Amino acid sequence: MDLAGLSTGWYLALAVALFAIGGLGLLVRRNPLVMFMCVELMLNAVNVAFVALGAGLNDVGGQVAVFFVLVVAATEVVIGLALVVAINRRRSGATADDVSLLKG
Amino acid sequence: MLEAAWLICAFPLAGFAVLLALGRRLGEPRAGWVATLAMAGSFVSSVAVFFSLMGRDPAERRFVVTLFEWVPAGDFSVDAGLLVDPLSVTMALFVTGVGALIHLYAIGYMHGDGDFSKFFVYLNLFAFSMLVLVLGDSLALTFLGWEGVGVCSYLLISFWFTDEANATAGKKAFITNRVGDWGFMLAMFWAFGALGSVRYLDLFGQAGSLSSTTATAIVILLFLGAAGKSAQLPLYIWLPDAMAGPTPVSALIHAATMVTAGVYLMVRVNPLIAAADAWAPGVIAWVGVATALFAAGAAMAQNDIKKVLAYSTISQLGYMMLAVGTGAYVAAIFHMVTHAFFKALLFLGSGSVIHALDGDQDMRRYGALRAAMPVTAVTFIVGWLAIAGVPPFAGFWSKDEILAYAWDSSPALWLVGIVTAVLTAFYMSRLVFMTFYGEARHGTDAHPHEPSRLMTAPLVVLAGAAVVAGGLNLPFTKDLHFMGAWLEPSLFGNEAHLSLGGGAQWLLALVSMAGAAIGIAGAVAVYLQHRLPASRVELPAAARAFYVDEAWTRFVGGPGRRAFEGVAAFDANVVDGAVDGVGRSVRAGGAWARRVQTGFVRSYALLTAAGAVALLLWFLARTSF
Repeated sequence: MDLAGLSTGWYLALAVALFAIGGLGLLVRRNPLVMFMCVELMLNAVNVAFVALGAGLNDVGGQVAVFFVLVVAATEVVIGLALVVAINRRRSGATADDVSLLKG
Repeated sequence: MLEAAWLICAFPLAGFAVLLALGRRLGEPRAGWVATLAMAGSFVSSVAVFFSLMGRDPAERRFVVTLFEWVPAGDFSVDAGLLVDPLSVTMALFVTGVGALIHLYAIGYMHGDGDFSKFFVYLNLFAFSMLVLVLGDSLALTFLGWEGVGVCSYLLISFWFTDEANATAGKKAFITNRVGDWGFMLAMFWAFGALGSVRYLDLFGQAGSLSSTTATAIVILLFLGAAGKSAQLPLYIWLPDAMAGPTPVSALIHAATMVTAGVYLMVRVNPLIAAADAWAPGVIAWVGVATALFAAGAAMAQNDIKKVLAYSTISQLGYMMLAVGTGAYVAAIFHMVTHAFFKALLFLGSGSVIHALDGDQDMRRYGALRAAMPVTAVTFIVGWLAIAGVPPFAGFWSKDEILAYAWDSSPALWLVGIVTAVLTAFYMSRLVFMTFYGEARHGTDAHPHEPSRLMTAPLVVLAGAAVVAGGLNLPFTKDLHFMGAWLEPSLFGNEAHLSLGGGAQWLLALVSMAGAAIGIAGAVAVYLQHRLPASRVELPAAARAFYVDEAWTRFVGGPGRRAFEGVAAFDANVVDGAVDGVGRSVRAGGAWARRVQTGFVRSYALLTAAGAVALLLWFLARTSF
């Protein structure tokens, strides 16, 4: 069950590494754009895992799930970038921590 | 005709509605005539119902007119229905009859009062409530009337409310009655809990299936209510103060009708009393006779003419309760009827005297009024002889019947009763001698005069009734015991049977005649011949009604008040505290929990990640490798 000569385990390790980098980045960075990129990284880490397991288990469902994730990620980016633009128009250079009006 | 029994209630209600809407416009005296006509119409309806009931077979003289469904609540429903039977019709007859006469009298008495029409609004509302009370076919409907007469009593006692004392007397009457009402309500709930109905006919049909403990509890609680309304010890305290109201009110409400409601209730529930333990009627009899003696003692030393009559009313109500307790229900109703005649007469007579002396109620400033107001004097003397128990006046027959049953039940009860009879004859004679005989003691600026025909006519009618009402129930043969035979369907065979022979009854009657003679002779000696100074018989303790009022004041003001405050504190701290505590703890929990919402996106992300890790660990822990 190899993909381009590597076993599924390696792909999964890559997915975990990408996911961890994305998650860590999300937690430590305050620039909203960079945070978005981190979120994308995490989503695509999951996509890698889907594809690897789909191929490894010989199940086309893995690749189908990737399409759903891509669509969700696209819509999320549309809304998110719109928010970022809107916030930047009012308060240029605002970080994610500056926008905390909804605190309890 | 029986179906039209609702007319009895409808007339005063219509009078009330008309006067409420148009009373001020009608003004004096037309408002009074409207009210009187309403009462007369009600009386005529009662007479019609009475005759159609007479036309029936004695066994079928019980008739329920259901008007509408009043309280539909699941399997509990109370219909507004009228129970037409000999007992309720007897009550309706004398309530409407005496009521109509007193309404007529009041047109004269209230002449010139600024609130003339309002007075008749209240009077008609009272009559309506009283008729609902006596005709209602369930405890709930009777209770409605019961509360209605209580409200009217309050409104009428404090009718001249600009005087602080009158307003206070009204409040006292209302609050004291609430104590009794509490007993009535508990009894009603208990009866419903035990039998699932508050309709009289259901209660009576199933009274036999009640445990004697339950029946006893219901009877004692009802008696608490009756003791409040009928002014028995220790709840009588409101009635002497209730004399603050206009005199027609005293005559109608606080002598002839409303205060007899308690006695009526106890007679009405006679099957429950029969189902109760034997000590329950004993309690009723002893409370009654103690009240009779106590109030007669207090009446000996009162100087306010209306206070004497008020204590005398309490005393006579005690006799009626004694009759109820000894199972002499017929005698209780008989005495209630004769008492309604002669006590209404006495009160209206006293009203004439007060009217003639410009509102002075102190008998020490009366005297020798016989010449100035002959009609009032003669009718008053008839009333006096009736209440003193002089044959052949009405009071003799009814009181004697009660005393005969008391002897049959326990000679001790009879002894207290006969002592009371002597005192009654004494204090009533004192009242008459101080008012109509002796030398005139009123000031020279007072010009006593006979009131108008409007006021003397009811006196004459009532005096006639006080003379002949004894004929309603003569003891000589069974055929002459009209009222006994008439009331039989309402008593379900619970009437006690007199075991005394004819000779013993004659002997008892002679003793009570002698008692009346002794009482009158004593009063003649003290108040006409002055062989003994009046201060020797007018004890200061009796003048203060043996300090019962003071005892109540000290109890309610001291330990009573502390107890109430304790209950109030319990309510404020424990009950309210529990309710408030729930709200407060939710608010505190929310205030703590909302600190999680920092508004920082990254902390949310961290929490989400932590949650995901926790979920993951949980799944891993569940999965056994």
